[in-house]
Amino acid sequence: MLAHQIGHYSLILGFFFSILIIPISIKNFNKKNKIIDNKIFSISFFQFFFVLVSFFGLILSFVNSDFGNETVFNNSHTTKPLFYKISGTWGNHEGSLLLWLLVLTLFIFIFLIKSNNQPKKYRILTLLFQQVIIIGFFLFLLKTSNPFNYLFPTPKEGLGLNPILQDPALAIHPPILYLGYVGSSIIFSSSLAAVVAKHISTVWAKHIKFWILVSWIFLTFGIMLGSIWAYYELGWGGFWFWDPVENVSLMPWFCLTALLHCILVLEKRSTLSSWTIILSIATFMLSMSGTFLVRSGILNSVHTFANDPERGIFILIFLFILILFSLIIFFLFHKEKDQKIVKINWSSKEASILFNNWFLMYFLSVVLIGTVYPIFLDVLSSEKISVGPPFYYKLIIPFLIPFLFFMSIGPNLNWIKSEIKKIKTQIVLSFVISLLISFVILNQIGFVGLINSVLILVTFYLFFITIKDFFLKKFKNYSQIFSHFGFSLLILSILFNSILSSEKTINLKVGEEFSFREETIFFESIESIKNENYKSIIGNFKIKDKQNNFLQLKPELRIYNQPVMITSEADIKTTLYYDKFLVMNLVKDYEYFNVRYQVKAFMIWIWISIVILVIGGFLSLFQRSYEK
Amino acid sequence: MYGKKVKLRILFLFLLFATIILSVYLILKSLEENVVYFISPTEIKNLTEINSDKIRIGGMVKNKSIKIKSNKINFIITDFKNEINVSYSGSVPNLFAEGKGVVAEGYLKDRNYFNAVKILAKHDENYMPPEIKEALGEE
Repeated sequence: MLAHQIGHYSLILGFFFSILIIPISIKNFNKKNKIIDNKIFSISFFQFFFVLVSFFGLILSFVNSDFGNETVFNNSHTTKPLFYKISGTWGNHEGSLLLWLLVLTLFIFIFLIKSNNQPKKYRILTLLFQQVIIIGFFLFLLKTSNPFNYLFPTPKEGLGLNPILQDPALAIHPPILYLGYVGSSIIFSSSLAAVVAKHISTVWAKHIKFWILVSWIFLTFGIMLGSIWAYYELGWGGFWFWDPVENVSLMPWFCLTALLHCILVLEKRSTLSSWTIILSIATFMLSMSGTFLVRSGILNSVHTFANDPERGIFILIFLFILILFSLIIFFLFHKEKDQKIVKINWSSKEASILFNNWFLMYFLSVVLIGTVYPIFLDVLSSEKISVGPPFYYKLIIPFLIPFLFFMSIGPNLNWIKSEIKKIKTQIVLSFVISLLISFVILNQIGFVGLINSVLILVTFYLFFITIKDFFLKKFKNYSQIFSHFGFSLLILSILFNSILSSEKTINLKVGEEFSFREETIFFESIESIKNENYKSIIGNFKIKDKQNNFLQLKPELRIYNQPVMITSEADIKTTLYYDKFLVMNLVKDYEYFNVRYQVKAFMIWIWISIVILVIGGFLSLFQRSYEK
Repeated sequence: MYGKKVKLRILFLFLLFATIILSVYLILKSLEENVVYFISPTEIKNLTEINSDKIRIGGMVKNKSIKIKSNKINFIITDFKNEINVSYSGSVPNLFAEGKGVVAEGYLKDRNYFNAVKILAKHDENYMPPEIKEALGEE
């Protein structure tokens, strides 16, 4: 009970401090001196500190199973393991918003400390814009989704956490993703502040690049964790379903990736400033609307979230005000630097970046339309539709070809202009190598369609060009090489994964067997084990391949007690070449099991390549800005 | 005559608009081809013609209607007014059970027979997809 009360009051105290910042910063803004008042630092720290205390209060309430707290009651249970009691704190609407707020206040504090080489006016304006967002979230939290509501009389037992969320990957997935989302709020406030303070410059680009990278790293990593979770927990054996909830995390990613490249052009060539600002605004808006779409229950998805219209409307209004506000600032204050058009030459690095920005915007619009069109149609004509993966494949895959091509060529061009004649033989050589390799591979696996074949070719091209760059450009721009290499590896793994994977689904009784390609799968037995908050039924399967090697796989069914729910835990045997994925489901009674066996080619390389992609971003944080 | 810069700008703007229009056209066109409509068993009974588009059917799995063979599952989806026979081979989610809500994606053979290629279910015991709620005419 104590933790609950401390949590509640410190949240209100935090709100008080966040309002207090505004008059003090305005006063400081109008002073002539060049330093920010120490008071602002301390109040900003207190704001963060009290939200932190409040967050710990909520965690403690969860750990102590204090069911007098409504959030704890709705999402926890005494028999739940301690780890999931803690992760349950942010596994629900109220707690996750408190986490948003925590990261918001933490980031603005870090921003204040880290930005002391920037002009005062710009820093204070960033703080003010960020406070607008923070106060919005405080109001939202206190008014519509207070994590500290009392329940009286105190219930004896809680309702429990949705079992599919009781998973290590999903315990850390939301915080990581939020770090990415919230990082984009700093980019948003900072670019608006830079517009008002007329501080859009090379210096600003260098400074904001840090925040863009940090958000990008967390967002990428967060999306990967969610994807890994979906792979083994949802039992379909895929890693991306084009589900609306997944798409909303991908949209800010496209925007942020475009911004990441665009900021380089601003840094080196001080052009594209308007575009940079628009991207900064869009990234944050997409992150916010992501939260809105997921949390409002508008999206019908594989994930389950509480549906509360009042919350949806609050975020919608808040979002609308922020968009309006940022557009007004953009049009009132933003002037392109003395109308000097910096000419962009076709054969320059910035041209490639610009092209790929366009492609990223195109991918973004495809995903955006595919995600929101069903919502609009439902509202307008109450017709229910869904947009499936074929839509996305058809519109995205062909355009990956030029995208990957510019990605390979771009880094080998110079800023400003490069002579076509001087483009080195290595680049042509890499192309010949990739042509040969793809030809050999296609010969092996058979023709896979024109678009896929060309796609394999250009992806290999990017692959070899980055390898070439790694060895020939000594100690220069490793981050770009790593990330682009990771991306080519990602596309290659996804391509070969989809071409070479195969599966079979069958209904089986214990003791039966089935054959699949050159393997025989025996369903030997089932055993039952009782755990603290679930009962598990484990199937023993033996897989025999043509060399008579045996492999034991044990997929599991878990019957949770609170809430009562059945989940399937796939058993996966991972090697560098393929994953063997076996999952079983219950049908009707215990006699038949619905068994799905999949051989997924190069599955692990999808995760490895994303890690390489992220490492590239990470290296960039430490790398000195490289020369032309 | 216009200056070179102005010409470049016009060319740039023209290209910008051309690509935007082209991509919007492309997106909307394939959207038209790839959407999957959601239909209830009663709406199927009232269809004037059966076409070969992929659709989704939602409702309840009728009691005592599931019949399992090793490679096939047959069952009946009902909205308590009309029903339709579904034939399916593939994996089923754990929440698939008699008397529970279900969404089946596939192709209509005729007004009484549906070949499903995918069965979707939601993760939460208490949660019912909005489409099913509507198909069943519940609150």
